[in-house]
Amino acid sequence: MHKLRQNLAHLYMAAFLIYLLIPLAVMAGAAFNDSRLPSIVPWKGTTGRWFVELAADERMWVAFRNTILVALAVAVLAVIVGTAAAILINSISGRMRSVIYGLMISTILIPGAVIGISTLLMWNKLGVPPGLHLSVLGQVSYIAAMVMLLVLARLQSFDAALEEAALDLGASHAQVMRRILLPHLYPAIGAGAAVAFFQSIENFNVTQFTRGGADTLTVYVFSKVRAGITPTINALAVIMIGITIVAAILYEVRRRRIERLMARGAEE
Amino acid sequence: MQDLIRRYGLGLTGLMCLIVAFWLLMLVIIPNITLFESSFRPYLPVTEIGGPRDTYSFDNYLKVFDGSIETTFLGIPITVPVHVMTFFLTIWYSVVVTVICFALAYPIAYYMAKIVNPRSLPTILLLLFVPLWVSEVLRAFAWWIILAFKGPLNSLLLFIGAIDKPVRWITDYDAVMIGLVYTYILFMLFPLYNAISSLDTNQIEAAEDLGAPWWKIHWRIVLPHAKPGVASGSVMVFMLSAGSLLVPSILGSTTSQWFTQTIQQWMNDALDWNTASAYAFLLLFLCTLFVSVVMWIFRVKLSDIAK
Repeated sequence: MHKLRQNLAHLYMAAFLIYLLIPLAVMAGAAFNDSRLPSIVPWKGTTGRWFVELAADERMWVAFRNTILVALAVAVLAVIVGTAAAILINSISGRMRSVIYGLMISTILIPGAVIGISTLLMWNKLGVPPGLHLSVLGQVSYIAAMVMLLVLARLQSFDAALEEAALDLGASHAQVMRRILLPHLYPAIGAGAAVAFFQSIENFNVTQFTRGGADTLTVYVFSKVRAGITPTINALAVIMIGITIVAAILYEVRRRRIERLMARGAEE
Repeated sequence: MQDLIRRYGLGLTGLMCLIVAFWLLMLVIIPNITLFESSFRPYLPVTEIGGPRDTYSFDNYLKVFDGSIETTFLGIPITVPVHVMTFFLTIWYSVVVTVICFALAYPIAYYMAKIVNPRSLPTILLLLFVPLWVSEVLRAFAWWIILAFKGPLNSLLLFIGAIDKPVRWITDYDAVMIGLVYTYILFMLFPLYNAISSLDTNQIEAAEDLGAPWWKIHWRIVLPHAKPGVASGSVMVFMLSAGSLLVPSILGSTTSQWFTQTIQQWMNDALDWNTASAYAFLLLFLCTLFVSVVMWIFRVKLSDIAK
């Protein structure tokens, strides 16, 4: 009986993974189908022309450039804000801490539409026109909280005595920050930057309300899906999924190598 | 705070405080206050803004009650204002999505935490992360392809003989729910997995040795231990679903309307930003209220969630 349950569990896990991955495979497959509508049935022959059409699409390239610029800006700002917030929240305690911490965390739960509209309204009153700069600010408002959580977790393992020692030995305040605290936080800051970058690329709700007339990739794909679509979007999806998988494989290879090195170190 | 100044000096500490203040004030608090304030103002031509007609009122909120439609509730025909109906359906279907996500993700979380060989866990995690990193719009689009009337799902089901004529999947809220579950299930899975993996396996084994049936082990040991994970996963999935705009727009049918779509219509089609603000505030306020009430019923604190 126990064995049967275990096998069922393995089976369910496999089914779940297939459920998660099949839609991506179907979408990718449709990029190679020589049909004007994006689908894998009926199969009208293999073609690469949707990739050629995608490359010729000016609007897509503008949207692509905008997306990367916005994501880079969001990553830089969110890392600065998130790291400062984590250091600050780590050094206060009591009621003050729970109130500020609660406020910071709540930004993750605010619906994107609310963030988008409120950002647009406030900056509009200050005379700032809508555009991608507002999308950046709107996205930072909640992505910074995600970076903050990552950095805060890393701060728990920080030995504050190192800073004391450095100060005793005559290091300046800036040196303590740059040479002792920040190097300890780098892994979390790196992870935070990656999360911020990808979250920004994904974002639709905030961007939709703040972008003015500018396009990002999600907005571009969205408008294409609504207004008559061709498999060029599938070609774009293949490229994006491809990048994701390559990044995942590189990460896994690196992890295995570190694991091997650690194991060898433990043997010696 | 004193400690910070001693370590990093007045300048750096001041800079950090300024950065955090900019975040919380300029990006979070003041925009939301502006939203709240605007929601009470009328929609006027530019020249009349600040004029005698620009006074505070609840008019924008009362628009929720405009225009009624007939519907039935538990078999009893009733008339409900359109937007109120949209709002309740949004909340209701978000709850259903949350429950489905929990039911599907719980066995997986338990499997990953307690059953699977730890050596294959990193590979599973990696496979789970791939769809998570693929953009939401593409994931909704993938289901749009699959569920199309002449799409692969109908072809497959016809081929194996499960149905004899194609099924229209994108009707009512069906496709929206399929899309939302697919898009947000991982936000349920990861908190659940974290919570269950911190449970001491000895407790499960002890219960087994003492003869507890498997369902009782889950009900009395695993679930109570995983409560913070259940809470944070549910809050995430519920808020993401209720606030989603992409999935309902792409997978919605002619008879489905999500509350965020209504907000977007006020904002981008009617260009009435103040009414859009009122609706956005209602969404934020009522969702927060709903989540707080549910958390109170299940006796979970916000601090449990942020773990």
